[in-house]
Amino acid sequence: MKKIAISPPVAAVLLAIILFLLSGLLPNGYGSNTSIALAQATNILRLSVFLGIVAAGQTLVILSGSEGIDLSVGSTVTLTAILVYVICNGQDSMVLPALVVALLVGAIIGFVNGAGITYLRISPLVMTLGMAGVVTGLILVAQHGNVSGAVAPVMTQVIARPLVLGIPGAIIIWIVFALLIWLFLERTAFGKHLFAIGVNRTTARLSGINVNAMVLATYAIAGMLSGLGGFLVVGNAGVVFINIGNPFLFPSIAAVAVGGTLLTGGKGSYWGTMAGSLVLTLITSLLTTMQMPDSVRRMVLGATLLILISIYGRQKGFRQ
Amino acid sequence: MKKINWQSFAFQRPYLFTLFLLFLAVVVNFIFQPNLFDRSTLNSNMRVFLPSIFLAAGQAVVLIGGGIDISVGSIVSIVNALLATQLGTEASPEKTALWLGIALVMGMLCGAVNGFFTAYLRLQPIITTYATSFLFAGIALYILPSPGGGIPGAISSFYREATPLGLPLAFYIIFLILLGWIFIRKTRYGRYLFAVGGQPDAAYETAVPVNSIQFSTYVISGLMAALAGIAISLLTSSGNAEIGDQLTLASVSAVVIGGTALRGGIGGVAGPVIGAIILGLIKNIISFANVDLWWQTFVNAAIIVLALAAPGIINLVRRKRP
Repeated sequence: MKKIAISPPVAAVLLAIILFLLSGLLPNGYGSNTSIALAQATNILRLSVFLGIVAAGQTLVILSGSEGIDLSVGSTVTLTAILVYVICNGQDSMVLPALVVALLVGAIIGFVNGAGITYLRISPLVMTLGMAGVVTGLILVAQHGNVSGAVAPVMTQVIARPLVLGIPGAIIIWIVFALLIWLFLERTAFGKHLFAIGVNRTTARLSGINVNAMVLATYAIAGMLSGLGGFLVVGNAGVVFINIGNPFLFPSIAAVAVGGTLLTGGKGSYWGTMAGSLVLTLITSLLTTMQMPDSVRRMVLGATLLILISIYGRQKGFRQ
Repeated sequence: MKKINWQSFAFQRPYLFTLFLLFLAVVVNFIFQPNLFDRSTLNSNMRVFLPSIFLAAGQAVVLIGGGIDISVGSIVSIVNALLATQLGTEASPEKTALWLGIALVMGMLCGAVNGFFTAYLRLQPIITTYATSFLFAGIALYILPSPGGGIPGAISSFYREATPLGLPLAFYIIFLILLGWIFIRKTRYGRYLFAVGGQPDAAYETAVPVNSIQFSTYVISGLMAALAGIAISLLTSSGNAEIGDQLTLASVSAVVIGGTALRGGIGGVAGPVIGAIILGLIKNIISFANVDLWWQTFVNAAIIVLALAAPGIINLVRRKRP
């Protein structure tokens, strides 16, 4: 008998749709009002964009294997968000320089991570964890707890408001972004090499891939994507605070895992991460609309995550 | 002259570098705080370090077994919430003993949940314990929604003030932890533990009960987290359901500074215990060196990164030299 196989990204999307449909039955759900339902769906999709983009860097790093993981995404998002906020200072003309600075700072942080991991042979978990502390420290040193600045109007317009046909700009940015990441992973030599080093670094090296350069570049790109995430997050929120990036740290890893990317590297896709971001954001916002206390919210989130990874996150047993 | 490869030298003797760091930290701390070795100062430092020491020891066992436990902070929070709400400041000795026992069982139960999902369902440890950390943090917050509660004064002042034979209580506890570890290493269980962490497939093929060994490491880690929770409750004499949040990642850093690798199958508990002490001393130094408040986080993190990077840097410099 043939086993019906549903790939993790599809399963995650199906789960998101089912959950969303069920949420209509809640006392304060949308009921039978389709226009409200549509508006809610759009909003949840919009909210998952930010996690989705931050988790893109995490996807690359995890794909690169050898216990690759980036625990500095949260503080990188915070730092770049603050930088964008300060540099923009409410002026449209400064948006582009702010974006460039955010990407650059993110890339530098990622580069330092990569350098520590490749040349000093510090394990990724520890290196990026240490880096997270350093970046958090930098934020405190630079800002002394108060930040003055403002988001440029054009950012709010493009990111947080409907742009074309009532579709928020963030979603359009995400679609373009996803296509680029897909092209990058599936249609470039870099992408092929990334999967190769994820599966087995030794064979990758023996077949002529410069593994060190690849790892360095992967962490730098991941940092850059966190910088992009910081730019978008602050553009959406309109304000900045010292912990703005922290809520993205572990969800970014969870989104990758829920999307079916192996945490050991070498196998996975960005589509999966997108689906994972959608599911996580949906669950979080459902719990918020149900007005659950924080304690119940955390328990449900933890239990859901456990169930999700139990369904298709299992590693091979020893008997196989 | 024979060239020494520092990384492999340090790799074979991870404790050397850790001991050097400990020595350095103690000396620097002594310069800034000349009364460091006074009985009361020593005691007040050690009682603050003890929770992290418990966590580092538990984390080390999990890491040696090839896993990782990032739910330990939430287990500490559960235990703290439980004790603060159930005991209060007026509890009788019998009731106190009962709830301390329940707290230990609770920690082991939490560890068993982690172990069940990672060892028997074969889920990836980092993401599983991340999920359970939410579960446990939720439970802690459910037990104690806002900071409060209390611990009987007698037992908490015993924890703070007791210095049998002139040595801090924490020294005896560390001694017991190390004794326990030496005992474990000598048993068959200890050999299995290293086999499972190093080569799980090979261990399985040579009839080592891989799953139950991995399961047990999480139970041990849960127990250590519960002990850390008890220690921190006695230290603060109050309850806060988010008290453990910042302890999880510090426990991993302590293990790594202590020379136990994250890849499993190697290392020990003594190093991580020293690692936890080093991390505590660094914090101490920063506060006594009059570092500007805003710089403290940065300086602390930068020192930790440097400590982690040092063996690699030394090796890199050696290799470059002709």
